[in-house]
Order: sequence, then C-alpha cells, then structure tokens
Amino acid sequence: MVDFAGWDMPVQYAGVIEEHRAVRTAAGLFDVSHMGEIRVRGAGTEAFLQRLTPNDVSKLAAGRAHYSGLLTERGTYVDDLLIYRLAPEEFLVVVNASNAPRDFEWIASRASGDAEVIDESERWALLALQGPKALPILTPLASPGIAALRYYGFLQGEVAGVPALISRTGYTGEDGFEIYLAPEHAAAVWERLMEAGAEHGLQPAGLGARDTLRLEAAMALYGHEIDEETTPLEAGLDWVVKLDKGGDFLGRDALLAQRAEGLGKKLVGFEVQGRGIARQGHAVLSDGDGVGVVTSGTWSPTFEKALGMAYVPPALAAPGTSLTIGVRGRELPAVVVTPPFYRRPR
Amino acid sequence: MYPSEYLYSREHEWVRVEDDTCVLGITEFAQAELGEVVFVELPEIGQVFDTNDELGTIESVKAVAEVFTPVAGEVIEVNDAVVEDPELLNEDPHGEGWLLKMRFSSAADLKDLMNAEQYEEFVKSGES
Repeated sequence: MVDFAGWDMPVQYAGVIEEHRAVRTAAGLFDVSHMGEIRVRGAGTEAFLQRLTPNDVSKLAAGRAHYSGLLTERGTYVDDLLIYRLAPEEFLVVVNASNAPRDFEWIASRASGDAEVIDESERWALLALQGPKALPILTPLASPGIAALRYYGFLQGEVAGVPALISRTGYTGEDGFEIYLAPEHAAAVWERLMEAGAEHGLQPAGLGARDTLRLEAAMALYGHEIDEETTPLEAGLDWVVKLDKGGDFLGRDALLAQRAEGLGKKLVGFEVQGRGIARQGHAVLSDGDGVGVVTSGTWSPTFEKALGMAYVPPALAAPGTSLTIGVRGRELPAVVVTPPFYRRPR
Repeated sequence: MYPSEYLYSREHEWVRVEDDTCVLGITEFAQAELGEVVFVELPEIGQVFDTNDELGTIESVKAVAEVFTPVAGEVIEVNDAVVEDPELLNEDPHGEGWLLKMRFSSAADLKDLMNAEQYEEFVKSGES
C-alpha cells in the first residue's frame, strides 16, 4: 500500500506484470475511489461549463460523458477530467484525487447563472472493471442495457442490487466499465464482481498496472504529460479543444495564439532501443545538452520493452526520429513512435 | 527464509564467503520490495570496488535500485544467467539469482554484516 493524495492505495496485488496481462487478456478490477466527483447543476450550467472547459458541452447528450479539462488563462492544465451529463442542466465532473480540492475551488469560484457546485468526492466510491471479459462478467450482475452502451456512454441503474452509475469508460486501452456507487456498498460489490469474474480470469489490479496500462494506451496522466506548464496542443490533445465551438472559454485566447505561433515542445511516444528504462524526469539529450524531458516511462508488459512519453522540440517529434535519453549518466538510445503503443483488437 | 550460512547488509544484500572470495546477491526482502525485475546491470570482471560503492542496478517495472557492495574487492565472476533472465532474481534471490563473485580485499568488512537472525530482526523491525 502507498499513500496517494491522502488515500491508502494498493500498488499491486499479484504483481504488476501479471495484473497487466490479466487486463489485456481477461479482466482486472481496480479500486479507484480516490477520484474526485463534483456535481454541477441548475439553470445556466451548460453555458457555465461551456465557458469553463475546452470541449463542446453543447454537443454532449444526457447519458454521455466526454473528456475535457480545466485550463488556466495561459491555456495550461489545472486538471484533466470527465464530464458526465446526467440531465440537461445537471453534470458530474470527475477529477484527479490530487487536484480535487483545488478543482472544486476553481469551479465553484467561477460559477455563473444559478449553477450550484457540490463536492461529492466523499459520496462516491469508484470501481473500474477493465478488459475483454468485462462485459460478460458485469452482465449478470448489472441492469440490462450495459451491452448497448457505446464508449463514453453511461446509465444509472444497479450493480449487484445496489444503485450505481455505470459508464463504458476506462484508463487502460481496453473495453470496460467504471462503476460509481455509494462507499458503504463498495466492498460488497467488489466481492460480488470478483466472484462473478473468477471463471473469466478476473484479477484485482493496483495502481502499478493502471500506470503501465494507461501508458501503453498513451493516455495522459496529470503531473506527468499534463500540468500547469503544458497545454492540450503541446500534449497532442487537440481533439479536446473545440476552438470554434462558439463563444469564449477559459484559455482559448492563449491556445489560439499558440496555434498561430507554433509549438515550442511536443509530446511524443518513444521506444527504448538499448537496455534500460527511461523514466519521468530523465533528460532528452541533443549533443549532450538537455532539450526535452521524459514525462512517463516504464517497462511494457505487452511489448516486453521499455516505452515512454517525452516532451521534445518539434524538430525531434517526427516518428522514426532517433532520441538520446540520459539515464543515470548513461546515454540510452530511443526512437520516436506514433502513439498509442497499444490499440486493442476489435 | 534467510540461509544461516550467509551474511547480510543493511542495504539488503547477502554475502556467502568462500575463503578469500564471496558470492553476492540481494535478499528475498529486497526482491519482494522491488517487484518484477526486468533489467539487471552488473559490472565487468576485473573491476575493483571500495566498500559501499555502487556495483550495478536492478530495475523492476516500478522502481530502480542501486546495488552497493558491502565488501571491497575485485569482481571475478558475474552471473550472466540473471542478466539474460532477470526473473531469476524474483524466483530464487538466494540461489540462482546471485549477482556476482568478488575477491575481497579485507575481511574486516565482513565484521559489519549481520547474521541471518540479526537480519531477520532488522527486516521485522522496519528500520529498513
């Protein structure tokens, strides 16, 4: 167990590699109750969130979620988040644990119209059931209709007789579901899922596997690929930013300017070619000088080699470019590859 | 768990003494803390180290650990099998997962090491 933003979190159960492979080939169950939940509701909420976040909330139907962020005036990340539209003027915003108190302040202090902002982090536990067997495991325990959910769709129903919001989302690159429920029911639902999943090869999975899985899927992690010094454009998350959605939003001017001027750094995926692992904070070198930095790096259980992501000057960002990474005084060769490293078979 | 004929360091290495040479590895406790080992980097034969010098590194999925030598001396053999097959370190840290053999320069270093019983206490006490 480790302390993670004040939560006692399991890093691993059986071992990172075994749990990782279970998620890729069968299924894994994660306790990610540390995530923060903020409800925003009331007349004018859509317009408020439209001004606060870069994705287009007007295009988000009730029963759907989308990926977005909170940006500063400079267009840099306060946090990345999911927005669930529960009703025309009612949303659940799901944020990173480490940023949750600040996110709540950020949202509440900017609320407009009759929008009411409620911190519900303590009221929600969150279980993530991820992997190709997630659907057959969940089906007998859950409300009908989960099979028909599309990626980023959700429904409010039941799991194991307990009220739950079930969404077809995840942070692993696999099919799967995230189940939001009251904390007092979480342990019992965890047990029921583990029982139902036994015959399908379900394994409990920890933060360690969550990190290797999301990295193979090239999903950004706050504090690594994105932070208050990086913008969505630099992070390759342009698709989250709807500059032409109509009307202003926080950070838009800065992003427009950055688009016009060109980027000073770009996030790339890389594969290490020598022996060793490039990890967060290691420098990308050019003629011995640091020109970039590794944001995440790990051993990939799927590909059995070291992979990572790094910020580099645009001149070094094209796939196929050779990189040199300084690892404890050694130079480790790597090559830029097009992310994601892993795409699930369909 | 911890072989009684070995000596142990506070950095979680073990040493098996044979005359003026010793075999060196990391302990069961250390491998469990590290998790699945994916890379092992060892020195060259002939390299000479002082006490507490960094001998090499062991990388697992989640962490990297430096290996410090508890005894000064010259490397006379390295375990190529564990470099080829790093999971040997997880499977059998006190046996097949040995790291290297040294000819030590002074037996005095050995006096600072713990016996199995002391090491087990040390691990349990949580001082590690």
